[in-house]
Amino acid sequence: MMEEFLGFERPKGEVGIRNKIAIISSVVCVNKVAQQIANKVENSVAITHPLGCGQFGPDFSYTLRTLVGLGKNPNIYGTVVVGLGCENITSKLIGKQIKRTKKPIEYFDVQDVEGGTKAAIEKGTKLGSKMAENAKELKREPFDYSYLVLGLECGGSDSISGITANPAVGIISDRIVELGGTSILPEFTEWVGTEHLLMERAKNEKVREKIKETINTFLDNTMKIGIDFRGIQPTPGNITGGLTTIEEKSLGTIAKAGKAPIEGIIDYSEKPKGKGLWLMVEPGLDVESMTGLAAAGAQIIIMTTGRGSPCGNPVTPVIKICGNPKTCDWMASNIDIDASKIITADQKVEDVAENLWYKFKRTLDGEQTHAEILGFEDIAIWRCSAAPFQVFNA
Amino acid sequence: MSQKYIVMNSEDNCATSLVDIQEGTEIKHKKSLIKINHEIPLGHKFALSDIKKGDIIRKYGQIIGIATKDISIGDWIHTHNITSHYLEEVVE
Repeated sequence: MMEEFLGFERPKGEVGIRNKIAIISSVVCVNKVAQQIANKVENSVAITHPLGCGQFGPDFSYTLRTLVGLGKNPNIYGTVVVGLGCENITSKLIGKQIKRTKKPIEYFDVQDVEGGTKAAIEKGTKLGSKMAENAKELKREPFDYSYLVLGLECGGSDSISGITANPAVGIISDRIVELGGTSILPEFTEWVGTEHLLMERAKNEKVREKIKETINTFLDNTMKIGIDFRGIQPTPGNITGGLTTIEEKSLGTIAKAGKAPIEGIIDYSEKPKGKGLWLMVEPGLDVESMTGLAAAGAQIIIMTTGRGSPCGNPVTPVIKICGNPKTCDWMASNIDIDASKIITADQKVEDVAENLWYKFKRTLDGEQTHAEILGFEDIAIWRCSAAPFQVFNA
Repeated sequence: MSQKYIVMNSEDNCATSLVDIQEGTEIKHKKSLIKINHEIPLGHKFALSDIKKGDIIRKYGQIIGIATKDISIGDWIHTHNITSHYLEEVVE
């Protein structure tokens, strides 16, 4: 039997598992305007951030690409972009790129609306509400897994994450790849120590070289500012928890990505260029990472946690899986899948993977995750430029 | 009774403890008994076979480091007797 999930078809054939309206602020100055519009529009999410102006170089590109990617994500039915009018990442820049998806899109600047923010909120609410009405007409239909992009994340890891939740997620990632779908492993700082293994899994020589180059560039650049990244892993806390070497720690991390071959490396918030398993360049802060995954088109994210984490994403549902029995008990309202019976009972990693698979499928078909129920909709955009730091410390 | 340890891959020569295992505990592995020579806290590792100084230590079926001294079956494997193979190879 062919495996299918129930999703919403978008104009250019992509498939979402949610059907939300996004209210995006192009710049920090209008965050509250966007938020107040979202408060009034049914089934909408506010996508706000502290950036959008005074940005240059790669930081400019990352912010723009991320905001565009979030609007383009197939979980979003339509988008209203609100700008101020004098920023360098404008509502028009964002809106015009989202428009290529043929999905409903509106964009305007507060400075162009007579009546100030009160009128701007009314205008945004009207535009958003119209989209929300139309979105209701769309019904879920069955689609195969080739339409699905899964994001892999871990945060608040402990010493047992790498032997419980992470390998269980690896089984699901491999399954999605086998079913013709796509999976993305971010957090390249946590690949360090395993690059030789990732290189062995590369689809071809070009990808092999790219993995090597990405890690080496990172290590060289951190060396230039006096940090030997390899010497600070694993951390003292990791060692107390039982980890001994950087490769042991990183192996636990990349266990989330199973055993599938690696198709290539994508930049932060960049859409994968094909199906299968992809690596995404991103430094490892959970919310930045999940924002980048959602902007890259992931319709669903699985996040492993040991010590517990509440984080969610406004665009993409996040399923939490935890192997630590105490955390599963204390933070039960934040954890979707309890992997702790690997520790406390006789469950195998494979048994936990099956529990996760059922939750995963129900989530695709519309069941809410704990982070969704709680309304935890976190956005953070990676800033990679060291320039301001160097200027101010010259 | 709950499992006391997990072996991530059949090629591994170490296991990870899933409880705090007391020194002197006898643990069944495959068809033999392994006597645990040190206290092994949850998340820490012990040797499934004798490992000579300089030998490779495997977890997940992959190299996680090399032994810096002789390790006997049932010994605690931690930073006192394992070092990074990656750092030896790449950095030095």
